[in-house]
Amino acid sequence: MAPILRSTSLFALIVCQISLIFLFASTLPISSGSESEDSYTITGRVRIPASTVIGHAAKFSNIKVILNGGQHVTFLRPDGYFTFHKVPAGTHLIEVYAMGYFFSPVRVDVSARHRGKVQATLTETRRSLTELVLEPLRAEQYYEMREPFSVMSILKSPMGLMVGFMVVVVFLMPKLMENIDPEEMKSAQEQMRSQGVPSLTSLLPASR
Amino acid sequence: MAIRVFLTLLLFLSSAILSFSLYEDQAGLTDWHQRYIGKVKHAVFHTQKTGRKRVIVSTEENVVASLDLRHGEIFWRHVLGTKDAIDGAGIALGKYVITLSSEGSTLRAWNLPDGQMVWETSLLTAQHSKSLLSVPINLKVDKDYPITVFGGGYLHAVSAIDGEVLWKKDFTAEGFEVQRVLQAPGSSIIYVLGFLHSSEAVVYQIDSKSGEVVAQKSTVFPGGFSGEISSVSSDKVVVLDSTRSILVTIGFIDGDISFQKTPISDLVEDSGTAEILSPLLSNMLAVKVNKRTIFVNVGDKGKLEVVDSLSDETAMSDSLPVADDQEAFASVHHEGSKIHLMVKLVNDLNNVLLRETIQMDQNRGRVHKVFMNNYIRTDRSNGFRALIVMEDHSLLLLQQGAIVWSREEGLASVTDVTTAELPLEKDGVSVAKVEHTLFEWLKGHVLKLKGSLLLASPEDVVAIQELRVKSSGKNKLTRDHNGFRKLILALTRAGKLFALHTGDGRIVWSMLLNSPSQSQSCERPNGVSLYQWQVPHHHAMDENPSVLVVGKCGSDSSAPGVLSFVDVYTGKEISSSDIGHSVVQVMPLPITDSKEQRLHLIADTVGHVHLYPKTSEALSIFQREFQNVYWYTVEADDGIIRGHVMKGSCSGETADEYCFTTRELWTVVFPSESEKIISTLTRKPNEVVHTQAKVNTDQDLLYKYVSRNLLFVATVSPKGAGEIGSVTPEESSLVVYLIDTITGRILHRLSHQGCQGPVHAVFSENWVVYHYFNIRAHKYEVTVVEIYDQSRAENKNVWKLILGKHNLTAPITSYSRPEVFTKSQSYFFAQSVKTIAVTSTAKGITSKQLLIGTIGDQILALDKRFVDPRRTLNPSQAEKEEGIIPLTDTLPIIPQAYVTHSHKVEGLRGIVTAPSKLESTTHVFAYGVDLFYTRLAPSKTYDSLTDDFSYALLLITIVALVAAIYITWVLSEKKELSEKWR
Repeated sequence: MAPILRSTSLFALIVCQISLIFLFASTLPISSGSESEDSYTITGRVRIPASTVIGHAAKFSNIKVILNGGQHVTFLRPDGYFTFHKVPAGTHLIEVYAMGYFFSPVRVDVSARHRGKVQATLTETRRSLTELVLEPLRAEQYYEMREPFSVMSILKSPMGLMVGFMVVVVFLMPKLMENIDPEEMKSAQEQMRSQGVPSLTSLLPASR
Repeated sequence: MAIRVFLTLLLFLSSAILSFSLYEDQAGLTDWHQRYIGKVKHAVFHTQKTGRKRVIVSTEENVVASLDLRHGEIFWRHVLGTKDAIDGAGIALGKYVITLSSEGSTLRAWNLPDGQMVWETSLLTAQHSKSLLSVPINLKVDKDYPITVFGGGYLHAVSAIDGEVLWKKDFTAEGFEVQRVLQAPGSSIIYVLGFLHSSEAVVYQIDSKSGEVVAQKSTVFPGGFSGEISSVSSDKVVVLDSTRSILVTIGFIDGDISFQKTPISDLVEDSGTAEILSPLLSNMLAVKVNKRTIFVNVGDKGKLEVVDSLSDETAMSDSLPVADDQEAFASVHHEGSKIHLMVKLVNDLNNVLLRETIQMDQNRGRVHKVFMNNYIRTDRSNGFRALIVMEDHSLLLLQQGAIVWSREEGLASVTDVTTAELPLEKDGVSVAKVEHTLFEWLKGHVLKLKGSLLLASPEDVVAIQELRVKSSGKNKLTRDHNGFRKLILALTRAGKLFALHTGDGRIVWSMLLNSPSQSQSCERPNGVSLYQWQVPHHHAMDENPSVLVVGKCGSDSSAPGVLSFVDVYTGKEISSSDIGHSVVQVMPLPITDSKEQRLHLIADTVGHVHLYPKTSEALSIFQREFQNVYWYTVEADDGIIRGHVMKGSCSGETADEYCFTTRELWTVVFPSESEKIISTLTRKPNEVVHTQAKVNTDQDLLYKYVSRNLLFVATVSPKGAGEIGSVTPEESSLVVYLIDTITGRILHRLSHQGCQGPVHAVFSENWVVYHYFNIRAHKYEVTVVEIYDQSRAENKNVWKLILGKHNLTAPITSYSRPEVFTKSQSYFFAQSVKTIAVTSTAKGITSKQLLIGTIGDQILALDKRFVDPRRTLNPSQAEKEEGIIPLTDTLPIIPQAYVTHSHKVEGLRGIVTAPSKLESTTHVFAYGVDLFYTRLAPSKTYDSLTDDFSYALLLITIVALVAAIYITWVLSEKKELSEKWR
């Protein structure tokens, strides 16, 4: 297995990854072992769904697993496994940091009574894990997506609104004027002359 | 009606939710990101194979990296945890990088081409000891020689292929210190040499296959040893005795230990104490005596003989086998502004293989470390390249008499940051290059339009990027109208001051701090902190601005300080002084003298306060304010906060008139059995608050309690001061205080049961936001506390405001008992946090954003509206209009709100914000192992057109409108004419 995993190609990694999922998925209990009286080992793995890995920058080599907010930092092996050694019994927090993904922090209880038995719960969704396999809650996109070209986007821009407004005034206003009855028009024009200042506002109520 | 529709549409568009977000093609436009590794500790070259030549380095910032030997770029890099210091590095099997870290307890193998971790092994450790890593050099991949690791009292043999521990041997006996683990090439016997109680040499012979002790010998040496040891060959080491005046050669051929003493006085005349230097040379050692470095040849019988001597400022590399069983080493020494690189054969020091002289920047200081590598030239002769680490932590590759590349690794350990203005544009120099022709200008804008409408081809995108960079003129070395171009001054731990340009992050100038007295004890002070010394804007306009750099000689708190004044425009040191007292606290006062030099008070360990600048004018200004100067000290270990006030002049022989005594005004003592101070914080002294009042939705006024003298203190139960997971919820509680630093009055106290640190907080205007861990929920929480002034609450209408007792012209004193009330609210937060900062703008009008440096080394911008205590589950219509967000239990993490977008600021330690002249915009600079800079507009750039504003579209619109007007005019003319004909 090992010689294949050393390959640099991401594709090979993914292939291994998939094969490993089939190999180990059912056989990975939350494992731990006692090293001395009160220090235990937490072993788990990070699994990123294969479909999202392709074409994404996230590599296994850039993923960090952090225990208790920076007390220990470890990295993933090519098969996605990670191990924290010399962890005392108690309740701990494991966080996974991978660019492009959001992982829920995991509450991990290491039991002193049951010789380092580990219980894990996702703190974000409050889902308890039967095995310590961590998957991203969601993929993260750091950039806004440019909206594809559309007529609406031009029309919605301030300039588009200006043009639209002008078009309305130029083409619809004469129509409005036509609907007005000639006598009323005449009186309105007279009114305008008497007021001196022709204005849109004086016309609009008249059209109603 | 149409106008109304138009206006509502406009309103609708402008009221879309504001958040920081970036399109992918905008990345790198206003931001830059620089990757560093830190000061190199170990370097291993990997040049055997054809193809990429690389050097593997491990650094003091706990980074292991693979660098391109041709250009110095980083192939890959891993930043280990803060407590995971690297003890050694090597290459095994020609394809794995092996690192030993955490005091010899963690052994990792990384794949050489891509940096993927291959295996990780935790080794058993029992006690604190030296950590030694030896990776066998073998070019045959098929044979797996074990890696031998000594650390924490145990010797382990680890298989290089999968990290399996083959055997381990316990050396944890009382008083036994292992000094060296040696293995002759090709031999299966490992020698472990150690000292028992520093006076007895013990040698174990261990079979490298099984780990069994083959033989053990020990011999008492009456003089005792001092720790330094140098191994000269596989069966001999040289060590100093406890008086440091006798060199002892310990030979252990076939398990027999023999001592041979050679007093140093036999080697050199009038010798003092000696020091064995670290480079490993075969059959030779380098000893530093009397400021000279002497080379001592070790003969077959252990006879010592001086073969050469050099000045003590010589750095040497380990020796390296070159052709014909000979070994060579490199040495570098200074001469004026030049450095000399020499490669000599170990057997014959007169045989100089290479002698090169290279011009070196004086601001890099001395050479600290040399790593040498050889290669075979095309004419079959040996060529040499040397990787050198300078005093300012920079890394340079020397080859063929030139610096091939250099990396400013000092910037990986920034300790303090401030910003400074660039010089004004001189007359006669045009501000911006005039656009070439109208056609090109239009073409550029059409390109941009295409880009924004997603019609651009990849080549167009490149052209757009280029155009944007060019047109913005962001890299010029003069001040601009918007204040976007600035200098970021960064002080590094090595004592070097860098000025970085905000436009592209290049180094405008750099300056290494010098010790003014050039004394033996303090050749190079460490950089501690940085202050704005002189910022001319009203008077003294012809003066250049300057900064004050506070340095320290040595690491303990009572070490004497060094002040240095540096001209910001030129990067030259104006003056520097050895102040002769320690520096505990530097307090910039809010007063300046006639030359606009800011007055600073420096407190020392004795309890005295010293005034700077030491001029009579500054003294007279200070005397006027003498009664109004208060300061406080935090003794975190004892849980005491003390307030001080000025008392009088110092008495004593060394005291001058600028030295003052102080007396204690108040103390706050936290009960040591239940509370331990873990965090204290004040507001930034130069922060601008735009408005003192806040209008509620019900037209009610709330007055912010805006005081510069507020101190935020967080304490936890002593049990909870440890790591997460070490305490149960019942045992730990977190208490936060707001304390007035003039009177020592506790204005607010808030206790969180079942919570613990670490606490990361930010204090701005009248609010504090802090991040801590809730053990009960096992989640991180963020709490906001806002503090309001109750006593001014009646000043509701204009008349009361003008005539009331708390009108704006009435004096405000810290002695009056403030009637304050607070509002607070807590939220969950889904990530660990390294640091929190807040944006700052020129006038403080723009809404604020929290900048949260997450454990993943990204920076998240979170609008202050999300941490507003007025948030409720169902905000009323009026509240919604005001922008109050419905209450949720968790603060949102929006991926587009990461200001670092796809970058990581590895090893993030701090975030600094500084206002630009444009109110909407703020500079953000983050430092750690990496540096990152960007410009933020928390409420979008409402006061200027955005960069992607399309002038072309505007132009087209105007043309279209003019055309429409013309056409309609013609049409109406025609119509009128036809009507007249009718």
